[in-house]
Amino acid sequence: MAGNQSGKTAVGTWIGFALIMLWCLFPVAWIISLSFKSEGETAAGSAQFLPKEPTFDNYKAIIDNPDFMRALINSFGIALIATLLSVIFATLAAYAIARLEFKGKRLVLSLALAIAMFPVVALVGPLFDMWTTFGLFNTWPGLIIPYMSFTLPLAIWTLSAFFREIPWEMEQAAQVDGATSWQAFRKVIVPLAAPGVFTAAILTFFFAWNEFVLAISLTSTTASRTVPAQMSFFVGPDPFNPPYAQLATASVIVTLPVIVIVLLFQRKIVAGLTSGAVKG
Amino acid sequence: MAAIEMKNIVKQYGDGFPAVNDVSIDVEDGEFLILVGPSGCGKSTLLRMIVGLEDITDGDMIIGGKKVNDLAPRDRNLSMVFQNYALYPHLTVYENIAFPLRLAGKSDSEVDEKVRDASKTLELDEHLERKPGNLSGGQRQRVAMGRAIVRDAEAFLFDEPLSNLDAKLRGQMRTEISRLQKRLGITTVYVTHDQTEAMTLGDRVAVMKRGVLQQHATPRELYENPANLFVAGFIGSPPMNFLPAKVDGNRVELPFGTVTMPEERASRAQGKDLLIAGIRPEHFEDASVVDSDKVTDEATFKATVDVVEWLGNEAYAYIPFEAPDEVREQLTQLEKDLDGESLRTQLVISLDGASRISEGDEATIWVDARKIHLFDPSTGENLTIDADSAGIIPDGNAMAKAEKVGEEQDGVKPGADQATS
Repeated sequence: MAGNQSGKTAVGTWIGFALIMLWCLFPVAWIISLSFKSEGETAAGSAQFLPKEPTFDNYKAIIDNPDFMRALINSFGIALIATLLSVIFATLAAYAIARLEFKGKRLVLSLALAIAMFPVVALVGPLFDMWTTFGLFNTWPGLIIPYMSFTLPLAIWTLSAFFREIPWEMEQAAQVDGATSWQAFRKVIVPLAAPGVFTAAILTFFFAWNEFVLAISLTSTTASRTVPAQMSFFVGPDPFNPPYAQLATASVIVTLPVIVIVLLFQRKIVAGLTSGAVKG
Repeated sequence: MAAIEMKNIVKQYGDGFPAVNDVSIDVEDGEFLILVGPSGCGKSTLLRMIVGLEDITDGDMIIGGKKVNDLAPRDRNLSMVFQNYALYPHLTVYENIAFPLRLAGKSDSEVDEKVRDASKTLELDEHLERKPGNLSGGQRQRVAMGRAIVRDAEAFLFDEPLSNLDAKLRGQMRTEISRLQKRLGITTVYVTHDQTEAMTLGDRVAVMKRGVLQQHATPRELYENPANLFVAGFIGSPPMNFLPAKVDGNRVELPFGTVTMPEERASRAQGKDLLIAGIRPEHFEDASVVDSDKVTDEATFKATVDVVEWLGNEAYAYIPFEAPDEVREQLTQLEKDLDGESLRTQLVISLDGASRISEGDEATIWVDARKIHLFDPSTGENLTIDADSAGIIPDGNAMAKAEKVGEEQDGVKPGADQATS
């Protein structure tokens, strides 16, 4: 009876799983399929799933497009730098929040949350004005600074939760063993908080990589325009007939790094890394 | 290696509560000192002040002749074993043990030599490449000790290191720690709430209650000459029996009968009305198995045995008795201080295995009157103490002082509720 019950549950789980996978991945499969179709095929409004004559022409065209490659470099550079800075600052801030008692701790945390709740669109106007005045308009820092600021709150919250989980004895043991506060932090606390650091890094990177509103508003040339913004310039000769195949190809190319990064970091995000630190 | 001197150490928390109250203890070079007491007595706080993880509010902490009050933990060169071991889970056993050496910037060959040496001592050789998460409790405990002994620290500090192990392993590790300490000859301070560990490991034992040092002496001195009711009740298992007593000359009236005490001891308890007599379970015996020349009417009494627990080599007999309210109140408070709960006032007697007394018997019990201690019920002080062999007892009434701290902490004075009703 019990076996039958659990068998039924397993079948139900798998059916649900398959449905969700189909729901999520079908559009992705469609985009991939589209990227292998020739322009003539998409323009004809063909509705079949698999391309009639698979072709790499779209990929060649995209790679030969200097504007797109330039945007790709911008995207990588801006997203990586923003992630790195955000994670470093967030780690330091979160550690202070988790470990130290200081006045205004609640204020810092509430402010961070308030910033996270602020709609990005509302800041576009003021930022545009400020950046043109400061000469940051259409530069890398012009995008890195807002990306970093918008991801910091979430990173701080995530990381301080991780730091709070680490037994304080770890750090005290390190200090007794002869470590300075900085050494204890770097050699014991940060490795233990690694899953949190990677989680924060991935979230930050995704935000910076996918962001569109600021990227289109605070840039004017390919000197700092990122891929999502650049893709909106793929209009083709006929405004009523956008180059769907090329857009799909560009989408596939920008998605690849995201998948690679998730796969790389996934192994680092292992729960229970601290198991065995203290009595089990 | 170094001696540790604590001079009038005080630890006061932000709310003014003194966790450690004017404690002075000298630990000699190479000595094994035990800090013992029930939970919340400030023993761990004191240890953490020695190692530098807790600020010292007042007093001097002197290690190796140098005042270390303001030094950071890493500058004190002490090694510590934490209650929950605090191993680094991301490092292998080898790297865990090597951690202090790596921080000190030792060469790889030196690190390797010392780590291998420590792992050999603690029989960790086959586990060196494993992570702490995959080790058993006892193995983790040994890794924590390895990390402590690998460098030449001035002293070892242990914070209840065995409390997370099961009873059998605890016994083995206790012997192991004792052997290791004797061999390395290094000054050691060991915190525990377990009186067996305190008695078996320590060269000297400091008993604390609510942040106040009660007595600082060898295990034998503590056992034979406890300074007050608290120490007497804490040291020894099964604990010392406390009975209401009235002294008249050298005759002591106990609930079961009257016995004669040696003149010299009884004389110190004259002029007091009601006293508490403390007699250890093994100072009673079944009169039928005691040498007949010792058995006299002055040293025996008859009582009905309620329960007998026979253990083979010995047996424990329980005899209930009624105590006057005055004594009962003091005993209930004492039991509370010792983290226990008193259900009834009863006498525990350790009998020889050969004794044939069984439950419900009216037995003739002999008591060794020379070993009876008399305590003042109002202050808890031991009136019959042999001060020359009682180690160091702080000036003033330590037990009463601790009680006062306790009352302030509880915020309710005994009898306060009666006054208002």
